[in-house]
Amino acid sequence: MMSAPFLLLAAVWEAVAIAGVFPPKLFPPLETVFGTLASLSIEGILWAHTQETLLRLTLGFLLAAVVGVALGILMGRFRLIEDLFLPAVSFAYPIPGLAYAPLFVLWFGLGNLPAILLVGAASCFVIIINAWKGVKAVKPLWLRAAEVMGANERQMFWKVILPAALPYVLTGLRLGLAQAWRILVVVEMLMAVERGLGWMIFGARQFLNTDVMLAGVMVIGIVGLLLEKQVFERLERYTVVRWGMLTA
Amino acid sequence: MKSAFSWRSFWRGAAGLVFLLALWEIFARSGLFTQALTPPLASIAKVGWRMLLDGSLAASAAYTLGRVLAGLSLACLIGIPIGMLMGRFRPVEKFCLPLVSVLMPIPSLAWVPLFILWFGIGEVTTLLVVSYAATFPVVYNVWTGVRAINPLWLRSALAMGAGQRQIFRYVVLPGASPYVFTGIRLAFGRAWIAVIGGEMLANPAAGLGRAIFDAREFLDSEVMLVSLIAIGVVGIAFERLVFQFIEHRTVARWGMVADAGSGRR
Repeated sequence: MMSAPFLLLAAVWEAVAIAGVFPPKLFPPLETVFGTLASLSIEGILWAHTQETLLRLTLGFLLAAVVGVALGILMGRFRLIEDLFLPAVSFAYPIPGLAYAPLFVLWFGLGNLPAILLVGAASCFVIIINAWKGVKAVKPLWLRAAEVMGANERQMFWKVILPAALPYVLTGLRLGLAQAWRILVVVEMLMAVERGLGWMIFGARQFLNTDVMLAGVMVIGIVGLLLEKQVFERLERYTVVRWGMLTA
Repeated sequence: MKSAFSWRSFWRGAAGLVFLLALWEIFARSGLFTQALTPPLASIAKVGWRMLLDGSLAASAAYTLGRVLAGLSLACLIGIPIGMLMGRFRPVEKFCLPLVSVLMPIPSLAWVPLFILWFGIGEVTTLLVVSYAATFPVVYNVWTGVRAINPLWLRSALAMGAGQRQIFRYVVLPGASPYVFTGIRLAFGRAWIAVIGGEMLANPAAGLGRAIFDAREFLDSEVMLVSLIAIGVVGIAFERLVFQFIEHRTVARWGMVADAGSGRR
């Protein structure tokens, strides 16, 4: 029974809400929350916010993926680039991306541009590190074998290095996407964007719309779950598992 | 095995750092942005030195670190028992797992506005957000760790007549400890992110995140950059020194994982 814990939790929530321990405005009963969720989705408000958030996530993540994979692979292939960038990357990697938020607001103003850049900056380091490790972890025997068989630099890259590094790269992308998602919600609160799920929750606080906030948190949880289960597990199945680099 | 210190890797690292600093200096002096927004290195260093001397940097760092540690302790207090019970007892696992897997993907900071309404602005909200972020990695890893215990150990302990308590004390606890540590480490990373966001959104008294956020009002880019560097340094230092020390003294000593330093002894 998957639903038993949820039913119990719902019952406890309902009991607390009806008992009136907290004012109903702050702790609404579940039917109010679900009613709000339904009306928000019917009016299309929820969808508009979700769409905007997903768009921002996609753009920020794409930026991070392109820059991160390229830099990571270059760092793994060329000694000079590794020497130049590794200290910076390994220093910036553990700094929470959120800490840059006020700085980005100063540099790029409020709105969409700094939000997307920040999501990209926050998620690119884990992608760089993993791509770099992946290239470093390619078996030297494979490289030598390809070399002996007369592979040129291009063939070496496409046929040996890229497939071999791909499991690491995908791990990095997956971690990067999770990071981007976790940070995006807050970025929307801090950057005064026009729409977005984070902004919806933050804005609803001003009007004490606790039901809207709870509905927003629910949608955020669902989107997060879908991202992990639908997007990445599938991608992994179609690429690395199929090429035999990992067993499913 | 840790590689020994080598001058070559030291110089390579230093060269990279110098390259980066030079890049920043050129960028700062180019006038692409005004110098108020991208201050040159000298003025960052000056402000950093001042903040170090008057103790404001140390005070902010202490606040932030204190919050992380308090939140992490709370997370361990909640997460380790739940994870252990989930791993040991099937009904508990069946009950808790759906809840954990639904709550885990919600970013902790999404709760901030709601927590502010419920618990007000300030310390409590920040602490709760940090614990929320840290609890799930702990629960998840402890649960995995308990399940990963070699069933042979459990059966042999049982055959030798160990009671439920002894099994827990002498088999489950040490057996799961490497995973528990991984969980706490991951939780520290999560908590370190959550605390910065919490400090910016929930306005507690002081802290590194707070310092960055406040400095924006006064266009104090130097303070922001110095605090940013401090966040990185404190995070790395804590991770490297404290966690490696604890791991070395406990899990590695019990022979559960290969110790990085054991080759030298």
